[in-house]
Amino acid sequence: MTRPPADRPGFDPGAEAARATAGILHDTLHGTHRGVVVDSPPGAGKSTLVVRAALELASAGRPLMVVAQTNAQVDDLVLRLAEKQPDLPVGRLHSSESDPYDKALDDLPQVRKSAKAADLAGIDVVLSTAAKWAHVKGVEPWRHAIVDEAYQMRSDSLLAVASLFEQALFVGDPGQLDPFSIVGADQWAGLSYDPSASAVSTLLAHNPQLPQHRLPVSWRLPASAAPLVSDAFYPYTPFRSGTGPEDRRLSFGVPSSGSAPDRVIDEAAESGWGLLELPARHTPRTDPEAVGALAQVVRRLLDRGGAALSERSPDPTPLTADRVAVGTAHRDQAAAVRAALAALGVTGVAVDTANRLQGREFDVTVVLHPLSGRPDATAFHLETGRLCVLASRHRHACIVICREGVTGLLDEHPSTEPVQLGVTVKFPDGWEANHSVLAHLAEHRVRWVPGR
Amino acid sequence: MSLINTLARLEATRSGHAQPLATTRHRHLSDRPLVLVPLTTAGEAGAPLGALVGTDREAPRLLVVPQPRDRDLRFAFLADLAETVLPHLDSYADDTEPAERNETDPETGKRVKVEVELCRDAPQLIVPSRSGIDYVRLLGRSMRFRRTAEQDPDAPYPAPPHIPLLGRWLTHYGERVRTPGAALLLCATDLLSRHWATGQSSLEDLHLGALLAWIDPPEGESGAEAARRAETGRDARGQLLCPPAGPATDPAFDNALLAPAIDAYDLARKNFAGAEDGGSADARLGELAAAERHVRDLLSAQLLPAWHATWRALDLVRALPEGPRAAERWTRDRWSYTGHRDRVRAGEPPQPRRDSAVGAAQKLASRETEQARLEAQEALDDPLVMAARRLTGEAFTSEVTGVEPAWTETKRPTPRPLVTVRTADLPQLGGGDEQVKVYRSLDGGSQSAEFVRWEAAGVLTLRLLNAMGRAKDPAPGTVPEVGDRICWTLFPHEQRGGAKLPDPEDTPWTHGGPPAVDGDDAHERPDPITPDDLL
Repeated sequence: MTRPPADRPGFDPGAEAARATAGILHDTLHGTHRGVVVDSPPGAGKSTLVVRAALELASAGRPLMVVAQTNAQVDDLVLRLAEKQPDLPVGRLHSSESDPYDKALDDLPQVRKSAKAADLAGIDVVLSTAAKWAHVKGVEPWRHAIVDEAYQMRSDSLLAVASLFEQALFVGDPGQLDPFSIVGADQWAGLSYDPSASAVSTLLAHNPQLPQHRLPVSWRLPASAAPLVSDAFYPYTPFRSGTGPEDRRLSFGVPSSGSAPDRVIDEAAESGWGLLELPARHTPRTDPEAVGALAQVVRRLLDRGGAALSERSPDPTPLTADRVAVGTAHRDQAAAVRAALAALGVTGVAVDTANRLQGREFDVTVVLHPLSGRPDATAFHLETGRLCVLASRHRHACIVICREGVTGLLDEHPSTEPVQLGVTVKFPDGWEANHSVLAHLAEHRVRWVPGR
Repeated sequence: MSLINTLARLEATRSGHAQPLATTRHRHLSDRPLVLVPLTTAGEAGAPLGALVGTDREAPRLLVVPQPRDRDLRFAFLADLAETVLPHLDSYADDTEPAERNETDPETGKRVKVEVELCRDAPQLIVPSRSGIDYVRLLGRSMRFRRTAEQDPDAPYPAPPHIPLLGRWLTHYGERVRTPGAALLLCATDLLSRHWATGQSSLEDLHLGALLAWIDPPEGESGAEAARRAETGRDARGQLLCPPAGPATDPAFDNALLAPAIDAYDLARKNFAGAEDGGSADARLGELAAAERHVRDLLSAQLLPAWHATWRALDLVRALPEGPRAAERWTRDRWSYTGHRDRVRAGEPPQPRRDSAVGAAQKLASRETEQARLEAQEALDDPLVMAARRLTGEAFTSEVTGVEPAWTETKRPTPRPLVTVRTADLPQLGGGDEQVKVYRSLDGGSQSAEFVRWEAAGVLTLRLLNAMGRAKDPAPGTVPEVGDRICWTLFPHEQRGGAKLPDPEDTPWTHGGPPAVDGDDAHERPDPITPDDLL
């Protein structure tokens, strides 16, 4: 077996990433194929690539539409475009509901906003969500499109917008959560155009000759996290971190009190990972002890005067609430955590489910393990993408709160999903990925019996 | 499973009796359902063994294939089935009412209202179990591409008349089941488990006999005991006391009773074919008839318990009052029935083997809309279902404690009154970045409001957003008053359909381009016959 490039000695992350980007831009601007697919691991500069490709296409005089999946993603791209090239006219197509876009867009004179595509005709770059684009009818097709988060887009929503453009750049992270449907779609499993599959799988099934690229370097994940995430979730398409072990440091002004939350914080600051393990127990989803422990960890994180040193600046930046996030599997868990944080007087920390944290970045994340306290391991909780999202949002450290016994739970619940003919089996499966993440976390374990 | 359903199951386990999950009936039930209890041959996919079918619970029609591997007998069975089912399906086709439907005018491309017929009622088909539904689908799939001698004089094995037509109808019914809330084809186990929780697992609930035992045990016996007997009890000959509700049969029955009976039938048939003179032929015909009767008696004994159980399940569910919105969903079923009637009458080809890219996407989109609609409607129809949503923070009951008039700050101010309510529930409001909207029922429609802020624990302010008329002041009765008790939901009461998908002939390159147009309607040909198909 040849060594993956990321392990090569003398690997220069900057040069490797630049080479990959150059190849992508060449295929996009000068390629003969109708599509280009780019796989991007977490934090590999996907948005930067989208902005750069958009600017190059616009400067080449090619009208461009950009398809993102959520309004927040669209607004973020508009702001990044405006930051890079303030004189470029940009169109923001939005829904006709109240408060349809980020108010910050109102301060940008070059951004025209409308709920009607016709109002934005002639503008070099027009951005909107896939859902809104699907309603655009009877317009001249764009020559180019960029589809962002294409692995999170469903095949049927690509079907609804694909006639709006002639060729497209599809960018996304194959390791994150797959799109889902609220009704069963087994009927179409194995069909090349299964409407519940991801847009990229349909695209490639019908156009296998399309060039596929890969961004090789994660700029977000620290040196402590990239190998684990790469091995557990991207075993056949490894990547590495753009920074070395010495480039990032997390330190705290207030010394440890010796409590379990403080010890797990110190462990995570030192090694990049921390596991706060509560005694084994079957609990409801909103396990009060686990939620309480999680809130205390966040409280201590903020109280201890954290400072994050990174390659971005020579001086450490204070670890403030907006640099910390809490990730859960379910919305009621997120609500319970919010309530617990509010009770401890913590505000400004993002608390959300894996689905909603996709694409976001923080210095430290605190995660409630999806299988903590459960009596069973369902396909939902085993989904590879869910764990991958939760374990790859941080620049410095990730602390996982979990009940003991998940390893045994996994062993009792091997994946039992039926194998569908014609469906590409995803590797690794969630079961395998969960085991490898847990095995790693076990080395950074702090046990805690709350109330003692 | 929601917390309240878990609780109901725990209570059922403790009490030994099923607990209600609903206070109203969430599926429409026809006054004259057609019940079908099919049996299939073990190890022989798509080879029907027998069925009880009919609309009269006292007089089912028994259909039997005495030698399931004989294709002629199979065809005869299917022809008999068509003879029973098709007249029932047809009997609803001509009783119509005028209705309007939105269609796209092919010339102008505008949406216009078109006057069409809508059948006043639709035929309903009931099978015992979920695998019965799969079997209906399988029968439809195996029949709809068959060709009759009339359709194709060169067909090597022409099907009896009506078989392809029955296949198309069963396919339509089998496909409609996948639409959440649809009631054209229902199975007794799903009907029961929608309305009651038992003390066993949902997998065990798939056994109609056991499920019924939990809900309606014999006098003086607990549901749990009755369910165990229904699942495992056997008589002195080793036969199940409660045979499975099909389509699969019990292996003990197959081995000990059915196989010898079929062998005897085969032998009698061979003897009859080999009869040398009139006298012995008569005698052997009598033996053949007796052998066939024996198979029929055996299957009848297997089928009758499931037949009665299915009707019993209908009785139980029918005793609940129908939810008001279940009737609205039945109207959609009537549209579905009328639509297929029209396609059959227009001479359209049978449903394709596989959906096209656009067809599949359309089905998925409409089913997702229907799923959201069903969840909202069941909650609005039934306080017990709403309680589950309240427990998950998706709804809350409240009492209005204050109303403050307010208007938009626009050129033409429109009312946006602030309503303060007190609630003991724990709705998931705020915390996230987005504005949370809530909805309440008003005059047969719904009114939306946005969450403004928590005033204190259990006290929150909402701003009403719509349904207050066009005037500067809200129309009377559209703004709640102090003391009103209101149930707000975080989910909308009505569903919007998604964007229009391209026409199949405009399927884009990402999805393989337009589907190939087959010459000579090749897509509706039956599967080619292979050597394995013939004995």
